[in-house]
Amino acid sequence: MASRPRTLYEKIWDAHVVARPDRTDSDDTCLLYIDRHLVHEVTSPQAFEALRLAGRTVRRPDLTLAVPDHNLPTTARLAPDGARLPIDDPQSAAQLAALERNAPSFGIRYIDAVAPEQGIVHVVGPEQGFSLPGATIVCGDSHTAAHGGVGALAFGIGTSEVEHVLATQTLQLRRSKTMEIRVEGELGPGVTPKDLILHIIGVIGTGGGTGHVIEYRGTVFENMSVEGRLTVCNMSIEGGARAGLIAPDDTVFSYLKGRPYAPQGEAWDRAVEWWRSLRTDEGAVFDKSVVIDAADVEPTVSWGTSPEDVIAVGAKIPSPDSFADPSKQAAARKSLDYMGLEPGVAIADVGIENVFIGSCTNSRIEDLRAAAEVLRGRKKAASVRWAIVVPGSGLVKRQAEEEGLDRVFTDAGFEWREPGCSACLAMNPDKVPPGERCASTSNRNFVGRQGPGARTHLMSPAMAAAAAVTGRIADVRQL
Amino acid sequence: MRAVSTIHGRAIPLGLKNVDTDVIIPAHWLKTVSREGLGKGAFETIRQAPGNPFDVEDFARAPILIAGDNFGCGSSREHAAWAMLDMGLTAVIAPSFSDIFSGNAFKNGILAVELPQDQVDRLLEVARTDPITIDLDNQIVTTPFQDRFAFDVDPFRKRCLLEGLDEIGLTLASGDAITHHEAGRAQDLPWLDCPLAVSR
Repeated sequence: MASRPRTLYEKIWDAHVVARPDRTDSDDTCLLYIDRHLVHEVTSPQAFEALRLAGRTVRRPDLTLAVPDHNLPTTARLAPDGARLPIDDPQSAAQLAALERNAPSFGIRYIDAVAPEQGIVHVVGPEQGFSLPGATIVCGDSHTAAHGGVGALAFGIGTSEVEHVLATQTLQLRRSKTMEIRVEGELGPGVTPKDLILHIIGVIGTGGGTGHVIEYRGTVFENMSVEGRLTVCNMSIEGGARAGLIAPDDTVFSYLKGRPYAPQGEAWDRAVEWWRSLRTDEGAVFDKSVVIDAADVEPTVSWGTSPEDVIAVGAKIPSPDSFADPSKQAAARKSLDYMGLEPGVAIADVGIENVFIGSCTNSRIEDLRAAAEVLRGRKKAASVRWAIVVPGSGLVKRQAEEEGLDRVFTDAGFEWREPGCSACLAMNPDKVPPGERCASTSNRNFVGRQGPGARTHLMSPAMAAAAAVTGRIADVRQL
Repeated sequence: MRAVSTIHGRAIPLGLKNVDTDVIIPAHWLKTVSREGLGKGAFETIRQAPGNPFDVEDFARAPILIAGDNFGCGSSREHAAWAMLDMGLTAVIAPSFSDIFSGNAFKNGILAVELPQDQVDRLLEVARTDPITIDLDNQIVTTPFQDRFAFDVDPFRKRCLLEGLDEIGLTLASGDAITHHEAGRAQDLPWLDCPLAVSR
């Protein structure tokens, strides 16, 4: 095995194979060790309950970290006297209470809703140094792919798998195929990692990465910040890939150094030495390869109800007939109908009533800085009814406040919220009303994703800020 | 796990591609601590449209769903599989499935049968009037006509499904191998155990 050149994914995979138990008939399903398990309130209660019923324990609570994020309201959590405010929705309250009960009863570390470190699980993991290069990381959430940005093999799992990991610290998995997405050159001014990943999904399609793990390679990723890499890897799932990752390098090491759960002292040196070996070998072969020229990427927005429905901000909404595949034509017609859009109209002429800056894709400090830079000294358009900024974690929020970004947002007419998943998925009070449009920095424009009948346009934080100022989808470069 | 061998019955000819798990079960249904009762919210947005295939009387409690490419894409929510089971669905036939959904389906004893688009198209046609049979043991889908479509299934998953095995129980039987791996890991990659040392 050592003689064959391997990809980064194969190296991490091989280092985590526990056994190929009892199965000569299938050489690619393995028992894989899991280094890090992140747990949130929505996909874990049934797993804890099943453990309890079976009389099973959590094998490695020390490798497990629980934090509430999905249905936590993003309004104030503490009364002026410091008391915890109740959660109005009884179902959400019950689900949050279940996590608050389950974590300590199984010995799992728990960051509670009012802790300064609380936030979206995919923001918290890297920020705490819990997510490390070369580690296998899982969470009952498909955007776990994000952690690939620090060079981890990270992927979302269902609740039965959450239960399996809690009980055994392993998963029964088939090795994925490998896919390389190479982007060389330099992103233009006003073009961000979000624009790049939207563009990539437009090229490969939502099924393009199915069965594969993507490795993002090339100068664009080498020169990208960790925050940008997390954004790109996060949306690998929208391209069908369960995981996406980028080889760890000095940018990642300096990001992680000194974080609470990152190794220290001699352990740090040993870790870095191993992390440096985590690169795809010269001559390693990918099952699939896609090459994209960075110069082709424009600020990009979605027009339909699938993340592959994207166009450059200067383009016109496509006609369904322009697609070769008849089922895609039908899907595009349905999408346009749901979105209330006509083909041939410039996307930049489309008015929006709501702006959401947040989600595990775009709620890190860099994202807030980019949006604030556009908003500084400006105000949201009168036609924009609702504009919110939801920092990805309490630490992001504090950092932004130290930089005065909160004032920039509130002066521009935005609400400055507490951390959580918020309007990304309409299971907490933050929703977009039926028939209204939202310029959103989140990751999914599915039917009903931001609320029943809500119409989502995915874009970067800077573009969402530009939309807020102009009241329509706008090219941030022209502001 | 529920044991599964042969599924026979009517099949709902949905045919749509890219059916995401938000469509299978919208997020507002996920605020539950149970696996039960999610059928009420299954395919909610599709079922709101008059004349949708779920409303056709012939398809009430049909055990099979036929869909397009990339079924179950998006969110990892296993509630999608639970909701389908709750409405009586125990098999889905499609040209392709998202990786996470296909795992979730398997864990719940739902067969995710992958067939080429032309065979799926043929089944969509048959499904309007006649039942379909999925035989897991022989890995074949048949119709009352001459159709016989073979499908692939991971041998491990097939065995678990046919025998109704408890996967966690199986893995726990490899406890020694896991312990052995943990010992090697503590030696070679000791920083991965670091969270233990952090006092907070």
